[in-house]
Amino acid sequence: MMKSKADEEDYWNSSKFKAFTFDDEDDEFSRLKESKQAVNSIRRLVEEDDDEDDVEKVSWSGEPVGSISWSVRETAASNQRTDREPTFPKINTDTPTLSKSNSGYSLSSLFKGKTKGGNFQSFNDSLSDLSVRLYAPELRKPKSEYKDYVSDWSPEETIQRMQQGKAFSLEKFRSLQDKLLLLDFAVSAHDGNVITAVLIYLKRTLGKEVLFRELESRQTALRHLIQYLTETRDQRLLLELLRSLCRTGPCTTGREHLSITDENKRRDFLKSCLSLPFSPEDSAHVQDHFTLLERQIIIEATDRQAERGGKVEIFQKFPRRASILNMPLVTTLYYCCFYHYTEPEGTYSSSLNIRQTFKISEKQYFVTALAARAKLKAWSDVDALFTSRNWLGFTRKKSPLSFQRVVDILQKNSAPTQVLQDYVALVDDAELRISLAQKHKCHDIVINTYRDLKDRQLLLGYRGKVERGSAEERKIDELLNNPRRSKKGRRRRRRRVGAVPTDHH
Amino acid sequence: MAHSARRDSPELPDFSLLKRLARDQLVYLLEQLPGKKDLFIEADLMSPLDRIANVSTLKEHEVDKLYKVEYKPITSTSDQLCFLIRPRIKTVKWICDVANADKATGKFRRYKIIFTPQKFYACEAVLEEQGIFGDVTTDEWAFYLLPLDDDIISLELPEFFRDNFLAGDQRWVRTAGSALHLLHSLYGPFSKVYGIGRCSKMAYESWREQVAEGEQRTRQAEIGRVFLIDRDVDFVTPLCSQVVYEGLVDDIFRIKCGCVEFGPDVTSDKSVKVMLNSQDKVFNEIRNEHFSNVFGFLSQKARNLQTAYDKRRGMDIKQMKTFVSEELKGLKQEHRLLSLHIGASESIMKKKTKQDFQELLKTEHSLLEGFEIRECISFIEEHINRQVSMIQSLRLLCLLSITENGKFYGVDHLLTFANLRHLGLLVEQQPGETLTVMESKVGKLVNDKTAGKLTDAFSSLARKSNFRALSRRLNLVPKSGEEYDLRVPRDMAYIFSGAYVPLSCKLIEQVLERDGWTGLEEVTKLLNGNEFAVTGSNGADSKAKNDAQRIILVMFLGGCTFSEISALRFLGREKGYKFIVVATAITNSSRLLESLLDNHV
Repeated sequence: MMKSKADEEDYWNSSKFKAFTFDDEDDEFSRLKESKQAVNSIRRLVEEDDDEDDVEKVSWSGEPVGSISWSVRETAASNQRTDREPTFPKINTDTPTLSKSNSGYSLSSLFKGKTKGGNFQSFNDSLSDLSVRLYAPELRKPKSEYKDYVSDWSPEETIQRMQQGKAFSLEKFRSLQDKLLLLDFAVSAHDGNVITAVLIYLKRTLGKEVLFRELESRQTALRHLIQYLTETRDQRLLLELLRSLCRTGPCTTGREHLSITDENKRRDFLKSCLSLPFSPEDSAHVQDHFTLLERQIIIEATDRQAERGGKVEIFQKFPRRASILNMPLVTTLYYCCFYHYTEPEGTYSSSLNIRQTFKISEKQYFVTALAARAKLKAWSDVDALFTSRNWLGFTRKKSPLSFQRVVDILQKNSAPTQVLQDYVALVDDAELRISLAQKHKCHDIVINTYRDLKDRQLLLGYRGKVERGSAEERKIDELLNNPRRSKKGRRRRRRRVGAVPTDHH
Repeated sequence: MAHSARRDSPELPDFSLLKRLARDQLVYLLEQLPGKKDLFIEADLMSPLDRIANVSTLKEHEVDKLYKVEYKPITSTSDQLCFLIRPRIKTVKWICDVANADKATGKFRRYKIIFTPQKFYACEAVLEEQGIFGDVTTDEWAFYLLPLDDDIISLELPEFFRDNFLAGDQRWVRTAGSALHLLHSLYGPFSKVYGIGRCSKMAYESWREQVAEGEQRTRQAEIGRVFLIDRDVDFVTPLCSQVVYEGLVDDIFRIKCGCVEFGPDVTSDKSVKVMLNSQDKVFNEIRNEHFSNVFGFLSQKARNLQTAYDKRRGMDIKQMKTFVSEELKGLKQEHRLLSLHIGASESIMKKKTKQDFQELLKTEHSLLEGFEIRECISFIEEHINRQVSMIQSLRLLCLLSITENGKFYGVDHLLTFANLRHLGLLVEQQPGETLTVMESKVGKLVNDKTAGKLTDAFSSLARKSNFRALSRRLNLVPKSGEEYDLRVPRDMAYIFSGAYVPLSCKLIEQVLERDGWTGLEEVTKLLNGNEFAVTGSNGADSKAKNDAQRIILVMFLGGCTFSEISALRFLGREKGYKFIVVATAITNSSRLLESLLDNHV
């Protein structure tokens, strides 16, 4: 019996308009494919008489090489003395961390009464010299030119000369007071290059204890020294410095630790670290790190033997790609889920034991175990991970992870459609379920969901995507011809509380 | 692309002069070591060098063989060695080893080190300590600025970020000042300087001193105003996923020095290196577009191209001749570019679909909005649990921690965080997975030691972030629920799908509008202060320099993202400005985080 057209249209909902998303493979993507085809179709023509010069990189400058004489002219022009241009005001860049109290000198008293820039004019070389520097490298001047007055500079002048790359000498700053003045001026000039230079001099000419003590109240300088020692890999001094500052630097011990290659030595080193005064949080990390390495050494020894022995099947089927030593915790867990899944909790290599010892969260354990068992195609293990019984003894599938993620993980481990289908069906959100089902070609789920949405357009559209003459096509045809009948089916199904749409003819 | 562009935007200055100056200076320096010599170039200087000179330039000045610095014993037989390096202690130590090895075998050579952009005393100290000082001559190549495009100039100093903001080392402050000074003397005089951030202040001071030390002729200013901004003023923006075409290409393929390498997945042939700049006509039209607009544009272009080729049909010989001589070449060029960008878009789409990009974006937007934080946390946790990618997880964590102003560390989530921190950096090697080679290399080396270090690094970096309050005051997150037409962007938020106006660019907009920080007191307080706005004493007669006042140089100390550049280009079109972006380096979320990893033992 035919139903009236209006009735039909009443039944079907209209397709929803969909906005652009990055997951949207269909619409935009196919448009892109079309343009690609269009472009490709003319490729042949283009390549007919392709002169290679077209393929060369597009260069941006285009300007011909300027000559050196041009550059020299430019320099000369820039040197012409003319009016001074707008001068800008000085702004306060003093850092609040710069401490003046501990050393006993006040920086502000030193700055008092000096007008900025005025003292430059006395150096006859400063004017001409600097503007040239921009265009052509400074020509080396014979040392003798400076000889007579090189040692007369004040700390402030010395710092300025250092900034400008002119000759200077630090040797005359011998008293602690002078040295610290030099340092403080360098810091207030905000030139890290100069600060470090002064620090190198101080490091050479001051005892460690004195230097460290003075740096404690000079944070900027201190950070420069730490950076310098790190860069020059002066581990010993750096460690001493950090210890004197009561900073148990994870960076220092960490670095030292990373350079130890032998695992047993590394373990012993870690053990010795346990007693170091780390913060409680850090010391927990060190403890865990130690326990993990200890564990890895035991597992590695046993497994290497088992692998060599050739008697254990799993090592034959899936040879280990690398040693487990020094691997991160999650990798270790994965390894144990892969090779030692069935072992009782009492053994060191049991995945459950690892989980217990390192207090791995349920989610993390679940994800890792899922990935490992899926990789082995141990589908019954995968299934068991989800199964929980309620008090009536019924089994149902539960997951600490959304089923969308589960499907994703399984798919990445190349699970077959049959397996995927079970989990796609468990996705709650209908739209999400459809897109997942489409992605993984779980036709039944798509068809059933469209039927439940009463979307004729989409069903029709999907008909084009399933194989000709397949069971899926027949099913769609049947639905399109007899919407009422399937509606009844839908009603029937609705009564099954909480069920998910699965196939039911 | 319907932009309400103002027609009266001034012309940009010509920055190719910078390249010419750098090249000439290099030639000059090479001539200082007459005769045949082998040249050793530091790896990260190769691309910048390529942009300003080529091998034949070097050969013309008696460079015989070229080597990359590899920290290994050398094979060169030349009796003159020249090293072109960054001022790094590690490299100088290696050169000392080379020289000392020669001494030990009684080999006599001449050595010259060219430091760029400047030398450091610490490097000379190494030469002295190793007993090489005097055996080696040193020079400076003041190659401060590399123009990457009409409106982008880079210092190519990615280490600026870590050195300055993490280690607290101010070695690059003067470098930044000198770079500014160079621009000032060539394209200035500047009449107004705004800025925010400690480093910006110091760089300003350094520049001001250098101006005071030198002397300049007065010239017609081409650049009138300058804005200096520290990267740590806004960490949120560079941590977001980029969705504007150029930024997306950078996130996925990594644009290096204005050049990108497209692999076989894009070209369906062998890899090609492509320059991405305004000379690429196709790229120039899509670079600032939201990715969702790119398809439409490319399809339209493809159709137009088809039509242009179809014209050929029914042409007589003479018409054909004109067609070939006048149009064909242009069409072929366009065809090549079009197929490249279509290939790239396709590959981006594939990669992003694989990564659940949509969900990632949703999480980011929720974080920015301060909405459904619990869901976001569980998303991040799963992300970590699944070991997707360490950098990604870290990025989200940092975003969470900054946007939530450390509330995250509160009692509620202490346990979650302990877990996250515990597991966050333990990355499993996933063979053939989405991890890039670099990331998996990082993953191998990372253990929980670095975890601690990194968390420390970031908490010290992030300090007190007041993102939520800032966002309210500056209206950074448009009300959700409103439709946002990405085809006709109404504000800079379009670069993040209409979900967020980048803080950095919003500050620039506000300050330019107000000609200073007046009225923004609350905002600057939330940003830890350090703002300034100064006017040159006799530079205020702006009548004649009207155009120059609308050319604004924005200097990002610690790096800048392509998204920010796109946002500024948009702002420029809206307001009739032209922005020139000067960055210590182009950055993105991965580069930012990678620079904080401590895996280089």
